[in-house]
Amino acid sequence: MFGRLTDPVAGAFHALTNEPIVLYTCIAVVVLAVVVLAAITLLGWWGILWRNWITSVDHKRVGIMYIVLAIVMLVRGFADAIMMRTHQALALGAETSGYLPPDHFDQIFTAHGTIMLFFMATPLMFGIMNYVVPLQLGARDVAFPFLNNLGFWTTFAGAILINISLGIGNFGRGGWLMYPPFSELLNSPDTGVDYYLWSLELSGIATTMSGVNFVATIIKCRAPGMTMWKMPVFCWSVLVSNVLGLIIYPPLAVADALLIGDRYFDMNFFTNTAGGNPMVWINYVWIFGHPEVYFLVVPAFGIISEIVPTFSSKRLFGYTSMVWALLVILILSIIVWGHHFFTMGGGQAVNTFFGTATMIIAIPTGVKVFNWLFTMYKGRIRFEPPMLWCMGMMFTFVGGGLTGVLLSIVPSDWQFHNSLFLVAHFHHTILGGVVFAYLGALAFWFPKAFGVKPNRALGIASFWCWFIGFYVAFMPIYAAGLMGATRRLQHYVEPSWQPLFIVAAIGAFIILVGILCFVLQVVIAIWYGIKHKGKLPVTQNDPWGDARTLEWATSCPPPAYNFATVPVVQADDAYWDMKQRGIQRKTSGFEKIHVPNNTIAGFIAGILQLVVGFAMVWHIWWLAAIGFIAFIITILAHSLNADHAGHYISAEEVQKTEDEFTAALQAQGVKA
Amino acid sequence: MSATVVTTAHADNHHDGSSTMVFGFWVYILSDLVLFSTFFATFAVFASAYSGGPAGKDFISLNYVLCETALLLFSSMTYGMAMVQVRKGNIGGVKTWLAITFLLGLGFIGMELNEFHELLFGEENVFFFDPSAYAGVDPETGVRVFGKEVLSAYWSSFFMLVGTHGIHVTTGLIWMALMFAHLGRHGLDKDNKTRLSCLSIFWHFLDIVWIGVFTAVYLLGAL
Repeated sequence: MFGRLTDPVAGAFHALTNEPIVLYTCIAVVVLAVVVLAAITLLGWWGILWRNWITSVDHKRVGIMYIVLAIVMLVRGFADAIMMRTHQALALGAETSGYLPPDHFDQIFTAHGTIMLFFMATPLMFGIMNYVVPLQLGARDVAFPFLNNLGFWTTFAGAILINISLGIGNFGRGGWLMYPPFSELLNSPDTGVDYYLWSLELSGIATTMSGVNFVATIIKCRAPGMTMWKMPVFCWSVLVSNVLGLIIYPPLAVADALLIGDRYFDMNFFTNTAGGNPMVWINYVWIFGHPEVYFLVVPAFGIISEIVPTFSSKRLFGYTSMVWALLVILILSIIVWGHHFFTMGGGQAVNTFFGTATMIIAIPTGVKVFNWLFTMYKGRIRFEPPMLWCMGMMFTFVGGGLTGVLLSIVPSDWQFHNSLFLVAHFHHTILGGVVFAYLGALAFWFPKAFGVKPNRALGIASFWCWFIGFYVAFMPIYAAGLMGATRRLQHYVEPSWQPLFIVAAIGAFIILVGILCFVLQVVIAIWYGIKHKGKLPVTQNDPWGDARTLEWATSCPPPAYNFATVPVVQADDAYWDMKQRGIQRKTSGFEKIHVPNNTIAGFIAGILQLVVGFAMVWHIWWLAAIGFIAFIITILAHSLNADHAGHYISAEEVQKTEDEFTAALQAQGVKA
Repeated sequence: MSATVVTTAHADNHHDGSSTMVFGFWVYILSDLVLFSTFFATFAVFASAYSGGPAGKDFISLNYVLCETALLLFSSMTYGMAMVQVRKGNIGGVKTWLAITFLLGLGFIGMELNEFHELLFGEENVFFFDPSAYAGVDPETGVRVFGKEVLSAYWSSFFMLVGTHGIHVTTGLIWMALMFAHLGRHGLDKDNKTRLSCLSIFWHFLDIVWIGVFTAVYLLGAL
């Protein structure tokens, strides 16, 4: 009836009853959730929340929801990071030296990696792509708005599932890639690996849906006149990234399915008995895992290519080579996966191939960096927070890439493999490349989405805390790695490492201050929204000045339909071109605009997927079956009932909205 | 094979929502192809991993597979006939051919389920006793127990590959049933023609994958 919830091996309530940290965290989360729900109820916001957000298929709303999810998961993942850093600073001597027992520490580093990559970076990326791409293409929405909504709620289900593992049962202990045979039933009989597998399957389904959506949007939904070679570089990067995602998520889904087979159906893919071979898992997850980091960093490159020209007031240098570099990175990223296991018996020929291919991939990346630098050269540079993030990204990512080239040298990797040098390398590239760029994107497009810039002083403080904090946190980690420290150490016996860990912990706290500054910016913005009773006033379209791409032609925030009249594009940097040609914004004579309807099916489907995931983890077969059938029925019902015709925003409404924008422009004395 | 069908769906639109939908569906099919490739690769790696248990060729009946294949391949042909009727705007013809396709597909699934039942629960099944397989924990003593009936890596790959294909075909059948409901409500409108085009692509794709499956698993296995 209750599956494994009553099984002592699975230990459903073991953590809550034995680990105070877990208990207090869960209590805090529940209290916070109750407070938030109560606040929404008392303020009477359920209607607005339901109509404007939960059931919305508008890409702008879905994008913001993705970003909110990502920020919440950033807090969770970073809490894991702070815990690890403080524990390791204390963990000299024996297993009992730090404050985290091995069982707990192992779950923390596993959760940290899994959450940060799948439930922080990916949703953050999808949120930004969702918001910006249709606007940059001159489109009114993505190709498949319902699929967009469904993808968000599926990601949400995966995120909730992974967080439930904190309180009920436990999370996996095998690292973010769960190598077998450790992740097989023999060595991990409890629920941890199962939580991991089902959350990732959900995340993978959502990513595939979004991948299809963005590829279709970019290929099919561009404004008239916008050929592929007149598209903003950010959109090219989104296309490349999503094509990559569509290629690599199936192998991950298969690997997870095979491990589910091993754990649930007496199969033997990755065991050491009955013909299994763990190296198959290693190959599949790294065929996924290496391109995955490019999946995350390629949109970051696109973001830099948008922000740098804006704040240098200069055209992006080398558009054509930027696009070719992206395409070369797409192909090369799929042929380097072996560099993650040079030490695992591939042999000389195999290792040489992968090592050389890895070195080659630095070249197109270098082309991009030089193009950004040439864009800045002789530009009129303005050091606004988004530009600071970009400059921090370029400096830091290049450093991280260089240590990557060091790792690509096979004999050197023999020493570095699975040491803290490796850990420092990938944080160097991920924080420097991915996180800095995405935080810069949030700072850059924030005024577009909300009509108000984030607080500038806090933005500058946040950047410097992240930047300085990163170096203080990770340079000692490089050193410790070179001194022989391996990754995932619950304790160590070498006293000379401890000062390094202490400095690293200080760095983590500096980053924490950076995150707090960012959260404060969001709080101030929420306060601005509350002051305006949720109806954000429309302000001028180009708050940063000298904007080049089409999203800056719309008001801040843009109207629901994005463009009152679909723009006709004649050159790249379409908005800049329109300004040069003196094309005036139309202020009257609008037609009615067709928009899709809201839907509850995505939300319901997400909740049901969460139920199915939970039931599968705990072996509650009847619940899983009912949930799955209900999920199928939801999708079928949506197909039959959803009004594909959508509804129309009347011409009068469009006129009214555009008049508000015209009034705002006149009040601020600017031209659109 | 399905190229003409796609163009038909394209041709009657002033609003290109239909061609976007069909394009998006092709993109999904490409990712599904990568999924199947991974299952094929798994099967190839474990193609002789019987680990002392029963082998593939002990169970493969080529006549049985021939019948299954005929059902599926003919169902692809009948779906093609349905699409011809779509082009002619003859909804009665569409429903007839769709029903025949459904029955053939159902027959295929029925045969596959029967085959799986024999393999897993039959007198002679593909499980074998592995004394070193982890079998859980003794509730009284808390000591780990070893030895249980397992599937070797070969049979694991077999079920995953053939089973995934079967799940896709079943999904296609559910979709076909849904199409009857859609056609009943709105007839052959633009949206339904788009849906039928997408289902067409899906169905033919599964047919092509099956050709790979029966070649790799059954024909090569029977050698």
